[in-house]
Amino acid sequence: MSIVGATAAELLARMERGDTCSEEVTTAYLDVIAAHDEDVKAFVHVDRDAALDAAREVDRQRQAGEKLGLLAGLPVAVKDIMCTRGVPTTCCSKMLANYVPPYDAHAVTLLRNAGAVLIGKTNMDEFAMGSSTEHSYFGATRNPWDLERAPGGSSGGSAAAVAAQMAPLAVGTDTGGSIRQPAGFCGVVGMKPTYGRISRYGLVAFASSLDQIGPFANDTAGAALLLEAMSGYDNRDSTCIDTPVHPYSKTVEEPLAGLKIGVAKEHFVDGLDPEVEAAINAALGVYESQGAELREISLPHSKYAVSVYYLIAPSEASSNLARYDGVHYGHRAESFENMIDMFSASRGEGFGHEVKRRVMLGTYALSAGYYDAYYLKALKVRRLIREDFDTAFQDVDVIVSPVSPTPAFKLGAHDDDPLGMYLSDIYTLSANLAGLPGISIPAGMSSEGLPIGLQVLAPPLQEDRVLRAARMFERETNWHTQRAPLSGQPS
Amino acid sequence: MTTELTRDEIQRVAVLARLKLSDAELDSLTSELAQILGHMDQLNELDTEDVEPMVHAIELKNVFRADEVHESLPRDEALANAPKSDGRYFQVPQILEGS
Repeated sequence: MSIVGATAAELLARMERGDTCSEEVTTAYLDVIAAHDEDVKAFVHVDRDAALDAAREVDRQRQAGEKLGLLAGLPVAVKDIMCTRGVPTTCCSKMLANYVPPYDAHAVTLLRNAGAVLIGKTNMDEFAMGSSTEHSYFGATRNPWDLERAPGGSSGGSAAAVAAQMAPLAVGTDTGGSIRQPAGFCGVVGMKPTYGRISRYGLVAFASSLDQIGPFANDTAGAALLLEAMSGYDNRDSTCIDTPVHPYSKTVEEPLAGLKIGVAKEHFVDGLDPEVEAAINAALGVYESQGAELREISLPHSKYAVSVYYLIAPSEASSNLARYDGVHYGHRAESFENMIDMFSASRGEGFGHEVKRRVMLGTYALSAGYYDAYYLKALKVRRLIREDFDTAFQDVDVIVSPVSPTPAFKLGAHDDDPLGMYLSDIYTLSANLAGLPGISIPAGMSSEGLPIGLQVLAPPLQEDRVLRAARMFERETNWHTQRAPLSGQPS
Repeated sequence: MTTELTRDEIQRVAVLARLKLSDAELDSLTSELAQILGHMDQLNELDTEDVEPMVHAIELKNVFRADEVHESLPRDEALANAPKSDGRYFQVPQILEGS
């Protein structure tokens, strides 16, 4: 089997045996990027020489018998929202188009310590605001399964990079589904850990109470490995959880005996594509055949998740994005009348439309006269959503659902319909509001040859359970072994 | 709550948000925000009188660190991304008059 398309575990084993080395592996992926990324646009920055230098250093360490990290020699693509010292970090915004951070995000430090080869920075919706990766200052990413379609968002570049075999592993962020939804659209594994499991230090803030870094991989074991490498306490993020990291990669192969799976009736309603519904039902059958028990549960407030999310996330965004004032870093307008006008003009020029829409929505929801009616109301309903999950998890171990109502939509489908795009996150948003871990794994293919994802959710800090439950399904099926055609056109 | 948004109101929010918007942007945002907020009015179906707001996904406590001096970012690195500096300070338009 070739290097490109192999799983992370296979690549590590081959490097351990001496069958290949990181330089060879990294070169193979860099070559795919060079050949195909003009079509896919998964990356916004690739430094071939720096990646090969890093690869050769890991090869030297391995040959010298030095102690190696979990990811030693594996290429990892990183979403361009995580600060990388000396490497552009743009959030795919004109605002930060020239920004080069003087420090690494904590998760990036952990990746480097684990021996990962940072192969490039991936495309995304500007400031992670979007569900399609069309709202990037550098142009849209295309879905490797069909170049006319969106890869999902906002981590669409990371999902597409793995799907297009440009990296075996990638890192994304998930604020309302921004890892799980693109993973579903691109037919790869994507996971959002519990809020606080991975430090947000050095992650450019969008909605601080919801943002979480997480892994993409071409199988569940790869996601477990990358999650393990990035997890852990960091005192520079006061919301980071101080509890030991589970050895996810060691336990992922252990099936869960007597697994009780919750199926929410609210997840199977109007708007759910029949092919997606059929794939989810087939997946539930796979679990039953392994002795899992299905139980109907109710999440009565889930229908309010979109409204709650699109009040809370923009409110936090309007506050977080106040830092872009054209003074310390970022875009500054050339002509203005005074200091305040310099702020307004710089922000007006530097932000794209989706970012402006959310800053406006958030500013409105937080403004005098509307705070109680919108923001505070949303926070209260957020608790009701969390309580629904707490109640459900008294009865079941995991909750299984679709990832998105439909497979990947066409580029431009929601151009004049922001609400329609927001509704595409309906199955993923609740986990962010409640702080739960969740995964998306490939679970089927539409008649048009587009991947369909399956979501597995568990209570906080039960990443181990999420991964093992996902692996139980993956082991019995071969959806995760299917690779997108490199031409980008369904065969 | 009804969500009848006027263009003037959107203009007022834009001032609060420090966003200079074109006439076309003001028009499109007025209708888009009205549509989005209209959807959000569904929250009013719920009685949340006795519900405690949930600000964060995890229960947060105040986190204090020891008051110790750490090395700070060197000046040249701090200024490296500045749109305008004189090598010592960030430069902004004059704020006080007559100086």
